[in-house]
Amino acid sequence: MNIHLILQMAADAMGDRQALTYDGRSLSYAELDQTARRVAAKIGGFERLGWLAENHPAMPASLFGAALAGKPFVPINYRLAADRIEALKTRIAPALLVGEDLAATDGIETISREQAIEGDLFEEDANPDPGVAIELFTSGTTGEPKSALLRHANLMAYILGSVEFMGAGEDEATLITVPPYHVAGIAAVLSSTYAGRRMVQLPAFTPASWIETARAENVTNVFLVPTMLQQIVEHAPDDLNLPSLRAISYGGGKMPLAVIERAMQLFPNCDFTNAYGLTETSSTICLLDADAHREARDSDDPLVRRRLASVGRALPTIEIAIRSEDGAECGPDEVGQVFARGDQIGGEYKGLGSQLDADGWFPTRDVGFLDSEGYLFLDGRADDVIVRGGENISPGEVEDVLLTHPAVSECAVVAVSDEQWGEAVGAVVICKDAPPHEEELQEHVRASLRSSRVPSKVLFVNELPYNETGKLLRRVLRDQIDSA
Amino acid sequence: MATSVKPGTKWNSTTCETQVMALRVPMGTDLELTCGGAPMSTEEPAERSEPAEDASAGTLVGKRYVDDGETMEFLCTRGGAGSLAVNGTPLDIKEAKKLPSSD
Repeated sequence: MNIHLILQMAADAMGDRQALTYDGRSLSYAELDQTARRVAAKIGGFERLGWLAENHPAMPASLFGAALAGKPFVPINYRLAADRIEALKTRIAPALLVGEDLAATDGIETISREQAIEGDLFEEDANPDPGVAIELFTSGTTGEPKSALLRHANLMAYILGSVEFMGAGEDEATLITVPPYHVAGIAAVLSSTYAGRRMVQLPAFTPASWIETARAENVTNVFLVPTMLQQIVEHAPDDLNLPSLRAISYGGGKMPLAVIERAMQLFPNCDFTNAYGLTETSSTICLLDADAHREARDSDDPLVRRRLASVGRALPTIEIAIRSEDGAECGPDEVGQVFARGDQIGGEYKGLGSQLDADGWFPTRDVGFLDSEGYLFLDGRADDVIVRGGENISPGEVEDVLLTHPAVSECAVVAVSDEQWGEAVGAVVICKDAPPHEEELQEHVRASLRSSRVPSKVLFVNELPYNETGKLLRRVLRDQIDSA
Repeated sequence: MATSVKPGTKWNSTTCETQVMALRVPMGTDLELTCGGAPMSTEEPAERSEPAEDASAGTLVGKRYVDDGETMEFLCTRGGAGSLAVNGTPLDIKEAKKLPSSD
């Protein structure tokens, strides 16, 4: 299977329907297919098609065009520092790279977005299975970015398993704010095209531009990472009125409970969906759907109510298992490592091969538990667990307690080096006003948790380092607190 | 004529616009895939005949078609006037589950 089939079906079945809108410009599915064919005609002599630019109509055309030409599509994060970008460019050569005013690199030929969608058409049929469709660099919050490989078969399994072809009404439009180098940015193009839902591209997100575009384009569906929703909630006037908006999906990081509760008040008529997935899993593998959101919000049962902080249940095509360190399967509410299995899971890195075990399970390296009804609760990354004298401490557990202190507005708990214990608990804290004494916060934690959880070091800061998709950069924090 | 059908291969009707892609087929079994009562082809036909009367219920793009025991599954990638059958037995639309899209 080739993901170009998605566009071929859309162009055949609804060629005149609007496929996308960008800055006053529109393309139908038939026109998008033509632009994809123009991109495809340029890729022949290269091993892959790179993308190093903000979103633009040429992005979906390049994604599908690369598939049509049978070459991997490789989006690069344009927000990285110049030296990091150069390092990634070297890794993708020999490639044709789409972007504006790019520096010269050996083995890379560059082309602008407008140039990419001009010229001759690729007239051949798509290769039914050219193998790798997408190479995505992981965000590298813990080390060098890895190149995650997603095959055509993985992405098609995701689309066929989760999207109804032409399932969207002609009036539906989705606002795309996630960048092209994020797996959600790729999934948005594939899902929207298969569903027949018009894509409205908004490359430079601000709460004001988001609200303005959503209103002007009669947007019905949006996907947001938590930091974006947080900014919208903080920025939005109480009488915010977006009458067309029906569905808000979010994912890509931990959603603070206060933000989702406020968002549900601000958008009372919207369906909320929390989507959990990884680059390596072709995006979403678990969903907390709109009904589950309402049920949790309205319930008096604490076990139902807490589901608002879960990532929901596995897609019908996905299995989730929680395993302890010795590999044994955990029971309900027992914390362990999250494993996932299903056809959409790539779980493969360039140069490192497949990470799936013999039975096809992928270790997400997320830590969490399933409740008795199969709702998945996440509790940070396995790499973030603090090992204090052989005892595993999850940062989330300590963060949740710190956040209940009235002076604390945000916090992050990371490992600090400790001569006696190897590692110990460090807390980086943002306060609403004047910070309390370190001892006061330590006492606050001691009152609820075992003494091993008490931060041995507290650092007060004005902001926490997030990357642009809302991931907390714990590596940066570890360096910061260790050198403080 | 029965032939080997591989997953991912597209088959075109010779009686209408229908095109399907094999998603899942039994391993090592030769199948006779027909639409509108006539064998389907991996090539786009130069010209098309009419679907037979008893095989003209039509196909719908985006729907998945399965046999009785769901041992095989085809995705309709282009709809048409003919109806699908394998070895003379009609294929039906797979019972649609509510799909869980998040994006």
